[in-house]
Amino acid sequence: MELELDNDQHLFWETSRKFIESSCPLATVRQLYDDPDGFDRGWWRQVAELGWTSMLVPEEHGGGTVSGNGLLDLVLVAEEMGRWVSPGPFLPTNVVAATVARSGSAEQKKDLLGAVVAGELTAAWCFDEPGTRWGPAGVGLTARGDGGDFVLAGIKSPVEAAAQADRLLVTARTGEGLGQFLVPADAPGVRVTPLRSLDFCRRFATVSFEDVRVPESAVVGAPGGAAGDVEIQIQLAAALQCAETVGAVDRVFEFTTQYAFDRFSFGRPLASYQALKHRFADMKTWLEACHATATSAARGVQEGADDAGDLASVAKSYVGERSVDIIQDCVQMHGGIGVTWEHDIHLYLRRATVNRETYGTPADHRERLASLLGM
Amino acid sequence: MAQDTTAPEDLDSFRLRARTWLADNLPRIAQGTAAMDLQESQQADPTRARELQRKLFDGGFAGICYPKEYGGQGLPREHQRAFNEESAPYEMPLVFNIPTLSILAPTILDFGTEEQKKRHLPAILRGEELWVQFLSEPTGGSDLAGVLTRATRDGDVWVLNGSKIWSSGAFRSDYALCLARTDWEAPKHRGLTMFIVKIHQPGIEIQQIMMVNGMREFCQEFFTDVHLPAENVLGAVNDGWTVASRLLYHEREAVGGGSQYVSGMSVGARSGPMRDLADLAIAKGRAGDARVRQLVGEAHANDAVQRQLIERIGASIRLGVLPPPAGAIPRLYGGMNSVRRSSIGLDIAGADAVAWADDDSPEEGIGTFFVMRQGSCLGGGSTEMARNIISERVLGMPREYAADRDKPFDQVQRNRMPSR
Repeated sequence: MELELDNDQHLFWETSRKFIESSCPLATVRQLYDDPDGFDRGWWRQVAELGWTSMLVPEEHGGGTVSGNGLLDLVLVAEEMGRWVSPGPFLPTNVVAATVARSGSAEQKKDLLGAVVAGELTAAWCFDEPGTRWGPAGVGLTARGDGGDFVLAGIKSPVEAAAQADRLLVTARTGEGLGQFLVPADAPGVRVTPLRSLDFCRRFATVSFEDVRVPESAVVGAPGGAAGDVEIQIQLAAALQCAETVGAVDRVFEFTTQYAFDRFSFGRPLASYQALKHRFADMKTWLEACHATATSAARGVQEGADDAGDLASVAKSYVGERSVDIIQDCVQMHGGIGVTWEHDIHLYLRRATVNRETYGTPADHRERLASLLGM
Repeated sequence: MAQDTTAPEDLDSFRLRARTWLADNLPRIAQGTAAMDLQESQQADPTRARELQRKLFDGGFAGICYPKEYGGQGLPREHQRAFNEESAPYEMPLVFNIPTLSILAPTILDFGTEEQKKRHLPAILRGEELWVQFLSEPTGGSDLAGVLTRATRDGDVWVLNGSKIWSSGAFRSDYALCLARTDWEAPKHRGLTMFIVKIHQPGIEIQQIMMVNGMREFCQEFFTDVHLPAENVLGAVNDGWTVASRLLYHEREAVGGGSQYVSGMSVGARSGPMRDLADLAIAKGRAGDARVRQLVGEAHANDAVQRQLIERIGASIRLGVLPPPAGAIPRLYGGMNSVRRSSIGLDIAGADAVAWADDDSPEEGIGTFFVMRQGSCLGGGSTEMARNIISERVLGMPREYAADRDKPFDQVQRNRMPSR
């Protein structure tokens, strides 16, 4: 998180934090394990009222920011969501809203943005595909022009919150390049198959498009000209997800450090053993590094900096890997209790592990960095 | 530090002024010269660096963050950063940065008498004095406060005897800050005094130490009845540990890359054949190898995170979010990153890193850098000490047991060395 917040941001952060703590504590998250949607729609409308779906939407469509920098406001929420392993289609809905706000037609904006801001509509971004290389080059789903319409054919998986979404933003390969299409989740030919997930309350699905016919009005931006939008979506997803992961790791490190002071072995607190102190020092260093790089990425993406793509992938590769390392080390510090269902630490490890593997793995983002370095 | 009442020069106008001045006054670095090579040649012979430092001083760009009354410019750190960016293509007197400008002069600024500051700080900024730290001792290791070098009061002077080691560039330097024991009956931290020592004087013998990478930068010094004037005490007699602790704080900032007193780029945490891994992979025809691509991406990310971490920790300390000892965090990260970096370089270069032709100098550098790898986890305090500092003084965990705590130093059990 930014070290200095202005008064409005601080209030926004405080309000969000108190709301999550009181409305969705970990006991509630545990109950959502058996819920097919993984979140409660009424609760989602409440978080929307707090502004969690407004920050990347312009004011004329009912949105608006706290500080004038919507992403920097939103990462404050993301971090708190990580601290409480919160449910909800936060990342995909915001990413899709940002894209429609940026490149959507007037009609698309009218259809989607107001309802997203009100928490009445959620969206999913259909990007990843099974068994292919992650990233724009790995997009194999095709969109074929057919007399003014487009016909989508292919499979997307895993897609976050697809089975719960009202709208799907589909990244496809057209004859001229990447294209993106806004598709109602119940369009004929769209088949959504829910997947089991490692996470307690995040849901994923496989979405197959069996010759799904959409009108030209479903195109977001120019057909074949979506590469710029996709790049920004990747950056936004990385920034939001890294912030969330950092919140999760921060919380785990906090209660694990406390445990080291409280737990005695051989008549001494764990925190007095140099072998363990050195591991805590390593973890603290990695944690601060995660904070630093997640914040840099959010700033770079917010500003549309020249190196925003680089900063996003630096953060996504570093946080993706280190977050899980830190939490696993914290499991080790807890001893046997750390690998029980009863202890909360696995909720965090599940979340961080899912985050590590989605929207590009650390290896995928290192590959991207190599390309950016001219290799 | 004294506060100037006038507002500092606007950053943009400062940057433009610096850009023009640099173009008019400093030599550009020849194409293909690595900053490392430049630094090494200055380390062997600092004559030209002294001239460059004098030029900076005369041009009003020396000691940008030093107070005006001691020859500096009295400007904020953003101005130094802008100057560093602007000066990157030019030959800069890099040898002055560590330890003179970023560690020792700031310590003098913190503890010196007015006379000491007036005498030494402008001379440093004019390029007339290179400084070195006489702290570590041959038997000392990480126990810095356990120094055995002694200074005994004899009328108007102190008489220094003993030996120091791991001092960078003592052979080419002019002055040192030397930590010596002045009271053997006090517990170890309370019997120390910091002295200003003129290096080239009777009774001081210097030997250069050859390192595994061929570098001869480090020295060992032997003191035999060296006479130090009483006014050369920095801080108070028997309060040398306070001064040393402050010095170490500046050292952590400098080695971590966060010092505002460093002038010019390419020094600090980044050293060794580092930035060129992508170029190396391309030159070796391995740019299409997925494994190599990921290693290059990882090294790039680790370096970027290091810079971001330095910024964050620096800001955290300034804002009071973290205590000053948190400077050990970037130090630990830097050491570990350098270790990882050297392994990645070795992996990419492969066999070429261990057997190379005369005209393949980068490969030689990678192999030698790997052999010297642990140096980055030892110099400036070991990473183990950094871990102790982080766990004990940042996280507040219980301190390690010390058998010599509160015991008169002359009763402390030591190695098989003469005790006094």
